[in-house]
Amino acid sequence: MHIVDRRQNPSGRNLGNRQRFINRARSRLRKAVRDNILERSIEDTSSGERVVIPADDIHEPEFRRDESTGRRVGVLPGNRAFREGDTIPRPRGGGGGAGGREGSAEGEGEDGFAFMLTRDEFLDLVFEDLALPDLVKKKLRAEQSSKPYRAGFSPSGPPSRLNLMRSLRRSMVRRAALGRPRPEAVAELEAELARLESGEIVPADGSAAKARIAELRDALDRARRKRAAVPWLDPMDLRFNRLERRPEPVARAVMFCLMDVSASMDEEMKGLAKRFFLLLHLFLERHYEHVEVVFIRHTQRAEEVDERTFFEDRQTGGTVVSSALREMIRIRDARYPPDDYNLYVAQASDGDDVPGDVETCIELLTDDILPSVQYMAYVEILSQRGQPGFAIPRESDLWQGYAPIAQVHPALALRRIAQPRDIFPVFRDLFRREGVAE
Amino acid sequence: MTEKRERQAARGATGKAPAKRKTTSAAPATATATGDLLFEGPAWSFETLARTHDAIEEIARGELGLDPYPTRLEVVSSEQMLDAYAATGMPVMYPHWSFGKRFARQEMLYRKGFQQLALEIVINSNPSLCYIMEDNTMAAQATVIAHAAIGHNHFFRHNHVFREWTDADTVLDELRHARRFVMDCEERHGRPAVEEVLDAAHALLSHGVDRAGRGERPDPVATRARLAERARQQRLAAQDLWLRTVPSRAEPPEEGTAVAERRAMGLPEENLLLFLENHAPLLDAWQRELLRIVRWLATYFEPQRQTKLMNEGCATWCHFEIMQRLRDRGRIGDGAMLEFLDLHSMVVAQPSFDAQGYGGLNPYALGFAMMRDIVRVCTEPTEEDAAWFPDIAGNARPVETLRHAWAEFRDESFVRQYLSPRLIREWRLFALCDDAAAPALRVEAIHDDEGYRRIVRALADQYDPAAQTPAIEVTGADMRGERVLHLRHAVQDGRVLDPLEVRRTLRHVQRLWGYAVHLTERDAETDAELAVYRSDAA
Repeated sequence: MHIVDRRQNPSGRNLGNRQRFINRARSRLRKAVRDNILERSIEDTSSGERVVIPADDIHEPEFRRDESTGRRVGVLPGNRAFREGDTIPRPRGGGGGAGGREGSAEGEGEDGFAFMLTRDEFLDLVFEDLALPDLVKKKLRAEQSSKPYRAGFSPSGPPSRLNLMRSLRRSMVRRAALGRPRPEAVAELEAELARLESGEIVPADGSAAKARIAELRDALDRARRKRAAVPWLDPMDLRFNRLERRPEPVARAVMFCLMDVSASMDEEMKGLAKRFFLLLHLFLERHYEHVEVVFIRHTQRAEEVDERTFFEDRQTGGTVVSSALREMIRIRDARYPPDDYNLYVAQASDGDDVPGDVETCIELLTDDILPSVQYMAYVEILSQRGQPGFAIPRESDLWQGYAPIAQVHPALALRRIAQPRDIFPVFRDLFRREGVAE
Repeated sequence: MTEKRERQAARGATGKAPAKRKTTSAAPATATATGDLLFEGPAWSFETLARTHDAIEEIARGELGLDPYPTRLEVVSSEQMLDAYAATGMPVMYPHWSFGKRFARQEMLYRKGFQQLALEIVINSNPSLCYIMEDNTMAAQATVIAHAAIGHNHFFRHNHVFREWTDADTVLDELRHARRFVMDCEERHGRPAVEEVLDAAHALLSHGVDRAGRGERPDPVATRARLAERARQQRLAAQDLWLRTVPSRAEPPEEGTAVAERRAMGLPEENLLLFLENHAPLLDAWQRELLRIVRWLATYFEPQRQTKLMNEGCATWCHFEIMQRLRDRGRIGDGAMLEFLDLHSMVVAQPSFDAQGYGGLNPYALGFAMMRDIVRVCTEPTEEDAAWFPDIAGNARPVETLRHAWAEFRDESFVRQYLSPRLIREWRLFALCDDAAAPALRVEAIHDDEGYRRIVRALADQYDPAAQTPAIEVTGADMRGERVLHLRHAVQDGRVLDPLEVRRTLRHVQRLWGYAVHLTERDAETDAELAVYRSDAA
C-alpha cells in the first residue's frame, strides 16, 4: 500500500473544461450577465455570481423514455396501510401531459441551468469587447513591468520546475561514466553463482569451481558496493527549467475622473455618477495593469481626492465646472506630461453651471484639453425627478456648450444617463472596441 | 460514498474516551482488554493512515478472506475532489465541455451547501486508486479505507461482471491514450470538429455497450496496431484517383446482395456506437477512433451500472464488519466508534416513500440490509428461510456465502436470488403500478404471502439494465440507394420515447451517419407502429 499526498498538486484540473463550457454557453451567458448588471450595482459581485441560462446549447440529449407514458411497476419502501389492489391518486406535479412538448424541436420545457461564475469570469463577460480607444501614441516606457521567459536550465529551483528529461539524462551519463553496474548484470552474477554453488554447472574453462565461485563472490561484492556508492539519481543531476524576467514595453495611460458633486445634483444623481465611475474604475483595474486613475471632484472649487473619498464622501456645494478642468490641467502638467502618457478624461455632471463659466469650459476644452487627450467622455446625469413621459429634457448649459465641439472633435463623446439601467449600455457604448457591433 | 452527510456531526466526536468500556457487541471480553488504539482524536497523519490501513487489511485478508487489488491511497483536497467528480471520477480524462458543465454544477451545489462532497472515490484499476479527502477525520478515513480500499476493491476484482467487461490492468493506459488522442485530434482538426463527434457519441453513450455480454478487452498493443492500420487505409484512400481512373469490370448487383450485406453488417445491431464506428460511410479514421474511445468508456462504466446495489452493499457490509472487529479488539476508541456509527447510520438511511427527501431506494441501505440478511440466513435460519433458501440456510459459512454472491451475481440476479420475505416485511416493500391509461396508481403487491414473489420479480426487473435503457437497434442501412439508416425502438409496456429528446439525439446520429436517419417505435409484442421520427440530411 502506498499513500500519496496529492494535495500539493494543482487543483483546477477542470479549469480547461470549465473554460470550454463557458465558451460554449458564451452568447447566453453574455445576455444573462448583462441583464444581471442592469438592475444592480457591480460592487455586489465580490465573490462570484449565480447565473441561470437556458439549457439549450449545453443540453446533452439521449434516447430517454417519456415517463408519462406506458405502464411501469416500481418497488417502494415503508408501506403503512396499503393492501393489494388499493389505488392511490396520482401525485401532482409529476408527469405532465403526454406530447405537450411536441411543438418545436428547440427550447421548450427546458429547465434553466444554474451555476456560479467566478468574479473574474463574470467581469470578463461584462467588459468583453471594451477597450480604451487609441491606446497607441506616446513613448513606450518599460519600468517595473516584466514577464517571465524560459531561459535555459539551472542546477537549483523549485520542484515544480524540475526538468525530468534533462535530470535523467544527466543521471544516465553519470552512471555510465562511473561504471555503475546495471541490476541485470548483478542478477546475472548472482544466477551464475547460485548455479555454480548448487553444482548445476561447472566453469567452462575447466578451472576449479571453487576458484570461480570466489571470483564471482568478489565481483558481486564489488558490484554491490559500487551500486551503493554511486546513487541512481544524485542531487547534482537535477536540472530545473530557468525562467528569466524580461522587461515588457507598456503604454502608460492615465484616466481623469471628474465628478460634479454640487448641490444641484441630488443623492440619486450622485449615486448614478458614482456607479458609472465605479464601473469605469473596475474596467480599468481589470483590463489595464498600467493605467493610473486620478479622481477629481468639484463644487465651486475642485480638488483631487483618493478613491475612497471619491466614492464615499458626501460633500456638497455650488457649481463651477471649469474649476475641475483647471485642476485636471494642473495635475496633468505636474505629473503626466502628454508626451509620455495616453490621457483619458471621463466627466460626469448634471450640466448645470454658473452663467459665464460654460464659455470658460469650452475654451479650456478646445484649446488645451482636447488636443492633448486621446478620448474624453462626458456623461450627463439627468434628474429622475423630472416629469417623465412628455417633458422633453431641457438641454443643459454644459450640453449646449459641448455639443458643437463633439460634432467637430471625434475625441469627445457625449451621453446621457437617466436611471440605473442606462449606466451599463452607455458605458459599453462609450468604450466599445472599434469594429465590434453590439 | 456519495451520500449527503453533515460534516458537522462527524466533527463533533472527539474520540478521546478510554477504550475500557465494554461494547455492546458479543465480542469476547479478553479481546476488548488489549486496547492498542490505532489512533486517537480526530486528526490524521500519514502514520496513523498506514497503521490503520494495515490493521484493516489484516482483518480483511486474514479473517474475511477478502482479496482486493493492492491499493494506492491518494490524499486530496476538497477542491481536487470536486475536480475528480466532474471528470466522472477518472484520474485522467480527455477534455470536453460537458465535464466543465458537470463541474460548474457540482461546484455550485457544494458552495451553496446543498450537497456534501463524497468521502472517497475509488478507481477500478490495478493497483486501485483510492482518493481520500484531507478534511475527513481519522475515524472517517478508517471507514473510507474499509469501505473503498477493501470493500469496493474486492468487489471489482472478483465480481464476474467486472471481470468480464473491464480490464483493471489497462484502465489507466487506455485513459491516457484517450486523452492524448483527443488532444492530438483537436490540434489537427480543430476543436469544433472533435467536439461535434464527441457530443454525438456521448448522446449514444448508453447504446455503446454489447449487452449480449462479450465484454471487449482493450489492449494497448492492439490499439496501436489498429491505429497503424487506419493510417494505412488513409494512405490507400489517397490513391483513390488511381483506383477510380483505372477501369474495372462493372459487376451487376446480384440477387440477394442486400441480404448478404445485412448479414455482413451484423444487423440487427443494438450497439449503435459500434455500428456507426464500423459502417458510417463518411467518417474519417480519427472520427472512428473517437467513437471507439467513447464506446470503451461506456463499456467501462457498464459494470458499475449493473452492480450498484451489490457493490455498495458489499462495501458497506465490509466497513461495518471490519470496524466492529477492530472495536472488539480495542483498536478503536469509543469516540471514534460513535463517530463511525453516526456516519454509518447516515449512509444507510432509508426514508419511507412518503417521507420528505425520499429519493428512491438507497443502494447503500438495501445492499447492506441484504448482506446482513444473508449472514442471518446462514447462521440463524427460520423455517421460512429454509424453504426459500435451501442452499444456504444454516450452512454456518456466512462470509463464504457472501463472497460467492459477490463474485457470481449482478444486481438483478442478486435480488432475484437473495431477497428474503423477512427483509420485504422489515422494509415493508410494496410494488406500485403506474399505468398512464389508468386514472390512478395501483398497489400490485405488498409484504404478504401472495406478494413476496411478485415484489422480488418487480424489484429484480427494476435493476435489470435492459429495462433501464430503451431497446434501440439498427435494423437497416440502405448502402446502395438513399443510404437511410433505420433504427427501431422496441417499446415495452407502451413506454415510448420522449419526442423532444429523440429529435435532438437523432440530429447527433445523423451527424455521424452523414445521411438521413429514421427511427420507428414499434410495440415489442404486437409490432404496431407507435411513432416515426425522421431526421433528414440537410
